[in-house]
Amino acid sequence: MSILGNRVLRKEDPRFLRGEATYVENLTLEGALTITFVRSLLAHARVVGVDTSAAEALPDVQVFTGADIDVTTGPPPIPVLEQRMRRPVVAKDVVRFVGDIVAVVVSPDRATGVDAAELVSVEYDPLPVVVDMTDAAKDEVILFPEVGTNVAGRAGRMDHDQNLFEGCDVVVSDSIESQRMAGCPLEVRSAAAQVDADGRVTAWLSTQVPHRDHFGLTATLGMEPGQLRVIAPDVGGGFGAKSAFGAEETLIVWLARHLGKPVRWTETRSESMIALPHGRGQRLELKLGGTRDGKLLAYRIDILADSGAYPGVGAFLPNLTGLLSSGVYAIPRIEVEGLSVVTNTTPMTTIRGAGRPEAAQAIERMVDLFASEIDMDPAELRRKNFIAKDAFPYQTAAGATYDSGDYEGALDLALRAVDYEELRAEQQRRRDDDGTVELGIGISAYTEITNPLGEEEYGEVEITADGEAIVHTGSFSHGQGHETTFAMIAGERLGLPIEKITVVKGDTDDVPRGTGTFGSKSTQIGGMAARGAADGVVERAKGLVGDYLEASVADVVLDTALGRFHVVGTPQPALSWAELAERAAGDGRLVELKVQHDFKAPPTFPFGVHVAVVAVDVETGKVELERLVAVDDAGTLVNPLIAEGQVHGGVFTGVAQALFEEFVYDDEGNPLTGTLVGYAFPSSADLPGWEAIEMETPTPSNELGAKGIGESGTVGATPAVWNAVLDALSPYGVRHVDMPCNGENVWRALQEAKA
Amino acid sequence: MIPAAFSYERAGSVEEAIELLSRDEDAKLLAGGQSLIPTLKLRIARPGVLVDIGGLDDLRYVREDGDWIAIGALTRHAAIVRDAVLERRCALLTHATELVGDPQIRHRGTFGGSLAHADPASDLGAVAVALDAQLVARGPNGERTIPATEFFTGPFTNALAAHELLTEIRVPAVERGVYLKYQRSARDWATVGVAVADVGGRVHVGLASMGGTPLRAAAVEEALAGGASAADAAERAAEGTEPPADISASSDYRAHLARVLVRRALEQL
Amino acid sequence: MTSVALTVNGTPHEVDVEPRQLLVYFLRETLGLKGTNVGCDTSSCGACTVLVDGESVKSCTLLTAQADGSEVTTIEGLASADDELHPVQQAFHEQHALQCGYCTPGFVMATVSLLQENPNPSEREIRQALEGNLCRCTGYHNIVRAVEAAARAGA
Repeated sequence: MSILGNRVLRKEDPRFLRGEATYVENLTLEGALTITFVRSLLAHARVVGVDTSAAEALPDVQVFTGADIDVTTGPPPIPVLEQRMRRPVVAKDVVRFVGDIVAVVVSPDRATGVDAAELVSVEYDPLPVVVDMTDAAKDEVILFPEVGTNVAGRAGRMDHDQNLFEGCDVVVSDSIESQRMAGCPLEVRSAAAQVDADGRVTAWLSTQVPHRDHFGLTATLGMEPGQLRVIAPDVGGGFGAKSAFGAEETLIVWLARHLGKPVRWTETRSESMIALPHGRGQRLELKLGGTRDGKLLAYRIDILADSGAYPGVGAFLPNLTGLLSSGVYAIPRIEVEGLSVVTNTTPMTTIRGAGRPEAAQAIERMVDLFASEIDMDPAELRRKNFIAKDAFPYQTAAGATYDSGDYEGALDLALRAVDYEELRAEQQRRRDDDGTVELGIGISAYTEITNPLGEEEYGEVEITADGEAIVHTGSFSHGQGHETTFAMIAGERLGLPIEKITVVKGDTDDVPRGTGTFGSKSTQIGGMAARGAADGVVERAKGLVGDYLEASVADVVLDTALGRFHVVGTPQPALSWAELAERAAGDGRLVELKVQHDFKAPPTFPFGVHVAVVAVDVETGKVELERLVAVDDAGTLVNPLIAEGQVHGGVFTGVAQALFEEFVYDDEGNPLTGTLVGYAFPSSADLPGWEAIEMETPTPSNELGAKGIGESGTVGATPAVWNAVLDALSPYGVRHVDMPCNGENVWRALQEAKA
Repeated sequence: MIPAAFSYERAGSVEEAIELLSRDEDAKLLAGGQSLIPTLKLRIARPGVLVDIGGLDDLRYVREDGDWIAIGALTRHAAIVRDAVLERRCALLTHATELVGDPQIRHRGTFGGSLAHADPASDLGAVAVALDAQLVARGPNGERTIPATEFFTGPFTNALAAHELLTEIRVPAVERGVYLKYQRSARDWATVGVAVADVGGRVHVGLASMGGTPLRAAAVEEALAGGASAADAAERAAEGTEPPADISASSDYRAHLARVLVRRALEQL
Repeated sequence: MTSVALTVNGTPHEVDVEPRQLLVYFLRETLGLKGTNVGCDTSSCGACTVLVDGESVKSCTLLTAQADGSEVTTIEGLASADDELHPVQQAFHEQHALQCGYCTPGFVMATVSLLQENPNPSEREIRQALEGNLCRCTGYHNIVRAVEAAARAGA
């Protein structure tokens, strides 16, 4: 009776419920100085001078400027990214976005730090500002004159096939924008660092990727790997925003070393809204062609992506958008072109979905437009073009190889759950009634890529002297529940209950290597690494048991139901883990019950179908989301309770993009949504409950059969809601509404359609 | 996040509050703090002295006074929502107050503090002008009554003289009243708020977020008084207004919303 | 400095505080009660919610000085004398209503206050009552279920 597949409550909950979590700002660090950053209020300007005298007149305050700190960070070393657009961690000559750091204040406490930061006086010589990515692509206002262009990255191919749409009776086009969003984890970033007695720096970071940070910080600061220890304690959410260390973390480590004193920093929320990298920010030109009876033949997707002021991994994302561009459809001809450009705005990164939501938003809008053009039900058109269930592994024309899928199965489940025909009937009744509230039904069918970099994850299992187990993992959950899930995975192999299994993570001293948690990869590579390590420990244990019971290893079996080893066919004598561990410890052999396992696997492709039902008040434009049914298939679910929680959270982000959130700048590059007042992060009062439906089509990529699910909800939900809004408005001749589909954007679309 | 430094005094009485205000030009009153403290944290406001009147319990009451209800200025929003007298005699105020902020804010924020903050987007401001509420102020020169329609003089500016504080707000008993607001999301400020009330046989319309202060929709009222239907009168909702353009909405959209919400509120009245 | 006398989780304190000190920092830094979290600077997120005289309040929007004479309860003060989870905490656990945990103390305290005022709220009422608390991880669904479960348990 396996524990896998059960809705097991989380082991890690108590400390969070009791207020005993170990977020970085909760750390007690004796004698720590507070760091406060002085940030540019201009989006693009030369720094003429920084006057720190008034600030430094405050007791025990010291201020560093770009003249004092000569360190830069740059984009990941990927060939398609412009490597010369590097960011000085403290701007010296030029500031390139509102939020760029121009000075660093060191003070004895937080309040003095804020007081002092206000007193730092910076003289700027303003430069022309470019905020809009289309303008930036014209290369008129250039952010990096030494590079000579704003192009920070490319994707796809630059030449267009003139015959792409040959044979297409019908071609539909649209221009859409996947608007800039802020990640908004509830815990903003904190960082702390101190130099230990042995000269090594310990840094505590609110991060998703402690080992990646370790590698990047030592490289950036010219440190030997052994000179830094990174500890990620409890982290209050990341959503991709904390998947790369930034200027701030670099400065914290630099300052600890330079001052020889412990330092700590916690950003304010308004600071985080402009300094923590953003996501999405793509404009897409789309063209979809096919036959009049509904066979899709060709698709062109032209992506312009905003990298923000300093390109990071965000500039690479059009490549992922291109890779997933054809979604779940067997479209034979695909053409992708992508360009990432810098603008005088907050840098962009991999926010939940990272390029794949954009791909789904694009193809799903186009499929609906095509359906409308040929007067076919949108569910029918999708069904006609799905990649067939038996066609996997399937290589798409966009170059992705999908491992498994059953798109039609997902569609059937979703349509049945909403009672699709009855919904259409209700929609028609309301249309006939001629009221002011229209019903809209939107479908999205999606697939997405998890473990997108095909990474290798570290796992280790060791048995303790009292016969319990410790799992060390290079994964790093910051809400995803690995302390429970990985205990379940290891426990199932070891025959130990999860109460006896501790999961250790986040400290580079405890875990030698790891890739952290992002890209929905942790169960499928971290869980599998733990599984492999557990299997390795079982093998070693059998060796010891063989010695102790004087049997050949091949004859020793582990009864996982009871957690006991015995000789096959002979239930007694038996050794429990506790008994084995005691004996082994006595013989100095306990160390043999410790095995490392690195697990690598290619990306996997979860999929699903979401159906959204909206009520649109056509007088005010207000959209009310009434239902969101989500069928998400990520293969085998180790813990369906936790998986469902991931779907809920993912759907929330997807709905937030469709209806509420947008990060906005004015033409001078001033952020207009730089606090949680202006930024429309929805509350529970704005949303319905989610109807998450399980479906499991295992992947052949690993023995668990598990794919990733963390971003699926996001990828599927936005297009379903967006399509629902357009569906509600179709009787009014509306073909396009800008996201977020708030009242004003809907109202404008209705006005334009009337004109 | 951290306010600029200020000194702090606790007032034990209204008289003491007036005296403390008079002592320092840079002094500001602290009632519930739900409007003031956010401005301190962002350092938009930097008073030298805060005079805390939160302890003045004798300014917390709801009393019937003939055709009026007298509400102590420090009565908290949560208390107004719970009050049986108001529910019975001026439910418009009850229902509008239920929409102010969130429960945590309503547990501390005060009616007088909210009005004195004079946010043009304030729900209660729109209700106060629609009701022709009378605001009682006390200062070094004694007590006076300021009509709500004269109380709001500009964005975040009110008609209180130096060293005056609000002690009471008097609202008429009103049987029929409706408050509607449009928001981008539940916790957002009113993009547009509309309060309609039948005050002594005449229909008043108060607007939030349609100008630099809460306003009366005079053109709508005039049309109604002249016998126009709700739909026709509502078409004039934006006349005489200057709806702002900001992150929540454009001016055009606000004007449109005002027309729709005024019509709906009048139909529900 | 100004004198403040208040009770926190049953323990009386008499302290001199800087007038500008927010209650949340008094709790976290002076008293070392770090369960109450700071999630924003515009009184939007509710992560700092505590009870003041039994009512939910955003402790980031109150000066310590304003809590003079009050009884404050934080998340640390909820568990029973035997250290058992409060029914609301238990309900959050059973309904998987927390992921990263950062918003959780705020939601728990807001829920305690809600159920005290409205012991049997409808789903609509729950969602509206929690408007002052933001979560990025859960999509609120399980939090609403937890409040319903806590109400059923007579929390």
